[in-house]
Amino acid sequence: MTAPRTLFAKVWDSHLVRPSQPEMPDVLYIDLHLIHEVTSPQAFSELRARGLEVRRPDLTLATMDHSTPTTPRTGGIRIVDDEARAQLSTLAANCQEWKIPLYALEDARQGIVHVIGPEQGVTQPGRTIVCGDSHTSTHGAFGALAFGIGTSEVANVLATQCLLAARPKTFAVTMDGRLSSSVTAKDLILALIARIGTAGATGHVLEYRGSAIRALGMDERMTVCNMSIEAGARAGMVAPDETTFGYLHGRPQAPRDQAWDAAVRSWRGLPTDEGAVFDRDITLDAAALAPMITFGTSPGAAIGIDQPIPHANGDETLAGALRYMALESGKPLLGRPIDVVFIGSCTNGRLSDLQQAARVFDGRRVAAGVRVLVVPGSQQVKRDAEAIGLHEIFRAAGAEWREPGCSMCIAMNGDNLLPGQYAVSTSNRNFEGRQGAGGRTFLASPLTAAAAAIKGAIADPRTVGC
Amino acid sequence: MLNTPTRTLTSRTVFLLQDNVDTDQIIPARYLKTTSREGLGQHLFADWRRDAAGQARPEFVLNGPQAQGAAVLVAGRNFGCGSSREHAVWALRDYGFRAVVALSFADIFRNNALKNAVVPVQIEPDAHARLVAAGGGEVTVDLVSSRITLPDRTSSPFPLEPFSRHCLIEGVDELAYLIAQEADIAAHERRNRILPKEQNP
Repeated sequence: MTAPRTLFAKVWDSHLVRPSQPEMPDVLYIDLHLIHEVTSPQAFSELRARGLEVRRPDLTLATMDHSTPTTPRTGGIRIVDDEARAQLSTLAANCQEWKIPLYALEDARQGIVHVIGPEQGVTQPGRTIVCGDSHTSTHGAFGALAFGIGTSEVANVLATQCLLAARPKTFAVTMDGRLSSSVTAKDLILALIARIGTAGATGHVLEYRGSAIRALGMDERMTVCNMSIEAGARAGMVAPDETTFGYLHGRPQAPRDQAWDAAVRSWRGLPTDEGAVFDRDITLDAAALAPMITFGTSPGAAIGIDQPIPHANGDETLAGALRYMALESGKPLLGRPIDVVFIGSCTNGRLSDLQQAARVFDGRRVAAGVRVLVVPGSQQVKRDAEAIGLHEIFRAAGAEWREPGCSMCIAMNGDNLLPGQYAVSTSNRNFEGRQGAGGRTFLASPLTAAAAAIKGAIADPRTVGC
Repeated sequence: MLNTPTRTLTSRTVFLLQDNVDTDQIIPARYLKTTSREGLGQHLFADWRRDAAGQARPEFVLNGPQAQGAAVLVAGRNFGCGSSREHAVWALRDYGFRAVVALSFADIFRNNALKNAVVPVQIEPDAHARLVAAGGGEVTVDLVSSRITLPDRTSSPFPLEPFSRHCLIEGVDELAYLIAQEADIAAHERRNRILPKEQNP
């Protein structure tokens, strides 16, 4: 009888192509390699320079998302500049040369890389998934081991379908209790990062557990896992359950018929065994949480939305962040005027996120002078949202309904803040200039973002009503 | 990428001591619309080096005379957090940095740095304090012994995995090693029935 193992250990161990060797990194097989236009071109160049082939184009999937325009396509697709155009055409040429499936801009399956994987059913429990993008942790919501890699590693995986990696440690995050009204998955993860810090999970893979996690739908579990990297974690995982299987069943690339039954039987063996030991653990009372919002330039600088802006207390990094944000310690964030609201990204650009925001916008108007971008995470999310009329609610409220992409989360496609502007964003990073040079970001949930859009200022979604 | 074999590195230091320096600061996303890894040093810390009008900010450390020619950057905690962009390391390297000394590093940055022979030197708080107190003197990073000699002539160990050390010292990268594992990789695919469609029985 084998010793009890964690979900992480089961996935890691089953992907070692040879037994671990002392003083050597493990050789980890990768089941799914997602690529996009920004972090892949130099990897393909490396292959070409060394006369190598893409070993498994059938386990590789490409999309265009980072430098793509989200402006309406009436009159054609308007790419922001020649560099972005060259990057997109380079990806298309590389995929054609090496026969890698590509969801290009015109494809009905195109979207943000971390939205399309789950949507198409290629993200599955027990798989190892990598991408040259730190938010690859999103896919861990399915009980996959998914993490971001650099471009050198993209080349390694293209050429060998494997990575050299040191075995990370494990960290159990138990979130128990029922979320109160207007408190969402985004608030859960912001609260965790505020608690353990942006380097709190460095070197670890998080496993999210507990009744609050079990109660979340797949979209919400993805929101939680997505921001694992913001706590410094290598990856975040949630054990697969009926919610997971229900989401995947019938997806275009999910197993079918007998293969489905066999897959589910195998997936049921993945959850952490009773008695398995984690290297670290922490417990969070989900029922006690308020809607969260960041006030600084690091995702860990987050507070309950009704709390005063904290004091730096000699922390030079935090003092610098408050100067950048032009915020004063001790003052409330509530009521602070904002210029832009961004609803979208791989963190909060899925259908349930848009539905939440739409509940706030329904029958209301965006405050005068506020620009609101609603950017669906994929073409599929856009179609699903339009099928239930969400686009009409957003437009009637005065928000922009855009084409899918990373958009103002990373601001390299022409969607960006202007210097000095304040934004409430449902994305994942409030770093200096992340949403445009000189821009200032408050991270929050779709409900909180929509409430701010209506009020023209930071507002508590519990009092706006939704 | 293959790098020049390196055993030791001696240089003056330049300080950027705040915590959580993220890769969006090291190179802002608008400079990622490139298909090359060359020439990114000009964009290193772009928004900290230059104001909106493109003028150098005199208060930023890389614009000061002490920074010129320094190949070792000294940072605080959690250096390189955030985005996985390897462009951050390419920019540091192209600018002239060969090592970053910090209290801690983000995982992906550390991985990326090792692959480009920018040595991540993680040292303990007391050694870090001595280095800062020395005010920018010369350090020697010895990859063979995994130790850094500080300006006060004391030396301090830093973690470096044996395989990473081997790659840096020999100037080889991981890819050749991975390719040599082909028999095991193919066996794993057969064992787990993850063969390309045309090879399925």
